[in-house]
Amino acid sequence: MATAVAEASVGAGLRASLTRNRRWALIASYASLIVFVIFFLFPPYYMLITSLKTNKEIAELSTNPWIIEKGITFQHYFSLLMDTGFPIYFRNTIIVTICVVAITMVVSILAAYALSRLKFWGAGVLATGVFLTYLVPDSLLFIPLFEIVGALGLLDTYWVLVLVYPTLTVPFCTWIMIGYFSSIPKELDEAALIDGANHMQMLIKVFVPVALPGIIAAMIFAFTVSWASFLYPLAYIFTEDQMVLTVGTVTTLIKGDVFHWGGLMAGALLAAAPPVIIYAFLMDYYIAGLTSGATKG
Amino acid sequence: MADVTLNKLVKTFDRTEAVCGIDLEIANNEFVVLVGPSGCGKSTTLRMIAGLEEITEGDVLIGGRRVNDVPPKDRNIAMVFQNYALYPHMTVAENMSFGLRLRKYPKAEIKQRVVEAADILGIDDLLDRKPRQLSGGQRQRVAMGRSIVRNPEVFLFDEPLSNLDAKLRGQMRIEIKRIHQKVRTTTVYVTHDQVEAMTLADRVVVMNKGRIEQVGSPSDLYHKPSTRFVAGFIGSPAMNFIPCKLVEANGGLAAKVNDTISVPIPADRSDRVRAQVGKELMLGLRPEHIREQRADDGATGVACAVTPDVVEPLGMETMVYFGLNGVEICARVAPEASPNPGTPLTLSIDANRAHLIDPSSDMVL
Repeated sequence: MATAVAEASVGAGLRASLTRNRRWALIASYASLIVFVIFFLFPPYYMLITSLKTNKEIAELSTNPWIIEKGITFQHYFSLLMDTGFPIYFRNTIIVTICVVAITMVVSILAAYALSRLKFWGAGVLATGVFLTYLVPDSLLFIPLFEIVGALGLLDTYWVLVLVYPTLTVPFCTWIMIGYFSSIPKELDEAALIDGANHMQMLIKVFVPVALPGIIAAMIFAFTVSWASFLYPLAYIFTEDQMVLTVGTVTTLIKGDVFHWGGLMAGALLAAAPPVIIYAFLMDYYIAGLTSGATKG
Repeated sequence: MADVTLNKLVKTFDRTEAVCGIDLEIANNEFVVLVGPSGCGKSTTLRMIAGLEEITEGDVLIGGRRVNDVPPKDRNIAMVFQNYALYPHMTVAENMSFGLRLRKYPKAEIKQRVVEAADILGIDDLLDRKPRQLSGGQRQRVAMGRSIVRNPEVFLFDEPLSNLDAKLRGQMRIEIKRIHQKVRTTTVYVTHDQVEAMTLADRVVVMNKGRIEQVGSPSDLYHKPSTRFVAGFIGSPAMNFIPCKLVEANGGLAAKVNDTISVPIPADRSDRVRAQVGKELMLGLRPEHIREQRADDGATGVACAVTPDVVEPLGMETMVYFGLNGVEICARVAPEASPNPGTPLTLSIDANRAHLIDPSSDMVL
């Protein structure tokens, strides 16, 4: 009886200490997460309140910069959408992004399938080579590429971006997809082969659906690159109606040494909205794609 | 329905020969099991029949047609893989009908075939599920269903039960046998499990190091192994190999194990082994042929006094381990003999069931 009581109290003690441990772990987690959330949400918060302030309040040094003291205004949003080329930049960016994502996915899915499954001489070296091309920074590439796109007569149109962005997106997306395709058991293609599928059917009916998380991860990457790239549009596009969001917003709203902070912040917030919305919907896929093959599943 | 013929089949991987020129004739509707240890070339052979592995040399014939250069889809075969290889994004019905859909069968026929196959396998209620919602045994049934709906000429099984737990493996083994009885089709089945081989096969092909050691019915392999490898591989616990010397005794021949144990060679086998008199040989004895002494032992029972090291009671029988001539021997005795470790015991060797093996060639004499 005494032993039983002792055992029970030991058990209770253990449970209590586990609960205590867990409580401390939770407190520490919440504390650090709160710090992170504040740290990362501070810039968008500052953008938001600045975009809602009047020009007068933004310029006034005596007011508190963290809150809106003198009333909310949507004037910056209205003038951005009515008086500047912002809607055109937005449209151009969407066109460029859709084209780039489509081209990237077609090329990299086909390339990744070939490199991971069709056993041909040099496939391994080629796969590494594809990845190495991604390591060449765009700040090095844009000068020689300028010559090339100039010779092709594509300078100063947004189609130049549709041509050059895939040089950034295709290698990395191919690399992600090679990894993903390699994690698909070989027996699956063999079963499809025996079932009577040719390579194209195998790719479309088996590989693409099975590798969907990887494909979505690659799509998000391609989307981010073409949505947010700054250097190439800055270098290759000079006319307002051809500009994309990143460069268009900045060139329109920074005139010499005059910064239209309200408009800039409103533009930045609107430009950041599509990626945020897409990330929020596809985050689970993105994480599944990046961690594929980590476990047996 | 087709027979399968392998002619001097060779497969080389980077100068390593995985399959070294094997010949095999598999009759129509026959269930043949390729069995052997890992790396013996059994799976490679199966994959060459399936067309998943290129043939280095030799021919594969299915239904008399040479298929070396025929792609897998045109060989009219179906294969069941060890890890099931079900398409994870398709339902069970879609998995089963995938091959038929690719071949553009009419929808009504596809449905009918899927329902029939599901009925045979008892998976009718799973047709709308995805593979991840199924247990291992159910997945394996679906994989078999995918093969059955195609109504192929040859079924190929590549270690289909290896991923299942022991109990389920036993059940699925019976299931496969039942299905083969219902859907008579030429079947080639690869396994490393000799119990599966013995229970399922019409004929067993024992492979070792890329070669065929012996082909025969399960009972032939068990009772008349032709090599030491087959003798040791088939049967569990494995056959005991005891060093001995072939001598002439009492007008006949005997395998002399030591001064007290001498196993007489039956007269019908004496002529075959007479040339080996005086040589050091191996005496091959299955555990069940070394047992407790019985009243009906007769002349072929050779008494053998031993002291057990370890005793394993298994309920219906008791395994007794002891040392003899420097090797550990396993004997299978009735539980009533109640052997105890360290207590001397007299066992009886059934001389009629003893095999003589030439250690230089590893052939059973």
